[in-house]
Amino acid sequence: MLTKRIIACLDVRGGRVVKGVQFEQLRDAGDPAELARRHSESGADEIVLLDISAANEGRATLLETVRRTARQIFIPFTVGGGIRTLEDAAAVFASGADKISVNTAAIADPALITRIGDRFGSQAVVVAIDAKRCSDNAHWQVFTHGGRRGTGIDVLEWARIVESRGAGEILLTSMDRDGTAAGFDCELTQAVSDAVRIPVIASGGAGGAEHFVEVFRNGHADAALAASIFHYGLRDLGELKQSLGSAGIPVRWPC
Amino acid sequence: MIAVVDYGAGNLVSVKKALDWLGQDSQITRDPSQIRAAAKIVLPGVGHFASTRALADSGAHSAIKDSIERGVPFLGICVGMQWMLEGSAESPETRGSGLFRGTCERLPDTGKLPHVGWNHLAITRDSKLFRDVPQSSLVYFTHSYCIPLNQWTVASCEYGVNFSSAIERGNLFGVQFHPEKSGEVGLKLLANFCAI
Repeated sequence: MLTKRIIACLDVRGGRVVKGVQFEQLRDAGDPAELARRHSESGADEIVLLDISAANEGRATLLETVRRTARQIFIPFTVGGGIRTLEDAAAVFASGADKISVNTAAIADPALITRIGDRFGSQAVVVAIDAKRCSDNAHWQVFTHGGRRGTGIDVLEWARIVESRGAGEILLTSMDRDGTAAGFDCELTQAVSDAVRIPVIASGGAGGAEHFVEVFRNGHADAALAASIFHYGLRDLGELKQSLGSAGIPVRWPC
Repeated sequence: MIAVVDYGAGNLVSVKKALDWLGQDSQITRDPSQIRAAAKIVLPGVGHFASTRALADSGAHSAIKDSIERGVPFLGICVGMQWMLEGSAESPETRGSGLFRGTCERLPDTGKLPHVGWNHLAITRDSKLFRDVPQSSLVYFTHSYCIPLNQWTVASCEYGVNFSSAIERGNLFGVQFHPEKSGEVGLKLLANFCAI
């Protein structure tokens, strides 16, 4: 049986993992390669590294971080942040990533999804969607530029477009829940997951094991991503998977 | 030396990295003479079946077949495994190597496609590749096309249909999943291949 994936996410800036509260007060949380290895050993099914460096901080540092991290892990490894062209993507793949994640650049140029997919396979293209609930409480709007800019595009409509452009997976972040530890937005996740035929990774709001159970069961998520809850050992991945297993969610046990 | 065959697609770096980790001397190459000189050959792959056409263009196709005839161990991964058959529904105009009879079919639409994630292996018979690999191990898949069960199947997997997750005949091995991305289990399997 296909298991539900738990994906550990590392936000990286200038070659270090950082942890922030609503993009403010960034704290150093360690070395990306070391943390990726530790997450992998404790049972993460996949690692996502998101570069949140400012545009002027350069790609060389990121590529070196990707290379160092990729050497340490033998599970799927996705890299996102600042990928704007096929060449940017190619450099990240050559450094050892298995998949890339695009967000802002895909909105500006949806054909980018197809170009990267044609070259590296659609399974290697993850489209990240930052979603924010509209004031009518019935729709969600796509945001870009790290959640700072609204696009006016409906999330469900965009999800169908990225699927038709050849995305292999959708990484769906609820901006309303991100950083709150109040649980995933199951309504949003279910709406997107049911609207497309490609796997959907839920993100934003993870606080406890029960939230993961909810998003798999009610949100129809194929995978769930968690960032900060893992970094300081707030919750051990093995323990999380134990809880999921007890709740009847099929998971891969830590090796 | 293990040749990791480059055909312009595929996650070559990941495969090379796993072989490095195992202390194996390997080289990413598309040069037919280098492939012919290799003690073992790995054909990695992700992406579209049509990308395997580059193998014929570069001369790698005949170099691989020559080596296989001499008994050189060969491992095809994902699309690299699919290339071991005669063709694929993904690209009917692209010919596979025909090392095995049959063609690759699309997975049924009963689940999400691609089939992405960790799924269970059912090891169905004795295999050199799966030596000391526990039954029902979880390995990482990412694909939309598969090889139906056949007489060479050594492990199956269920995703809407039971398909071949591994085939084996003599020193020819093919796996639909990604051993280089399947944690300890995958590394064990690669180590078994290297030890042949």
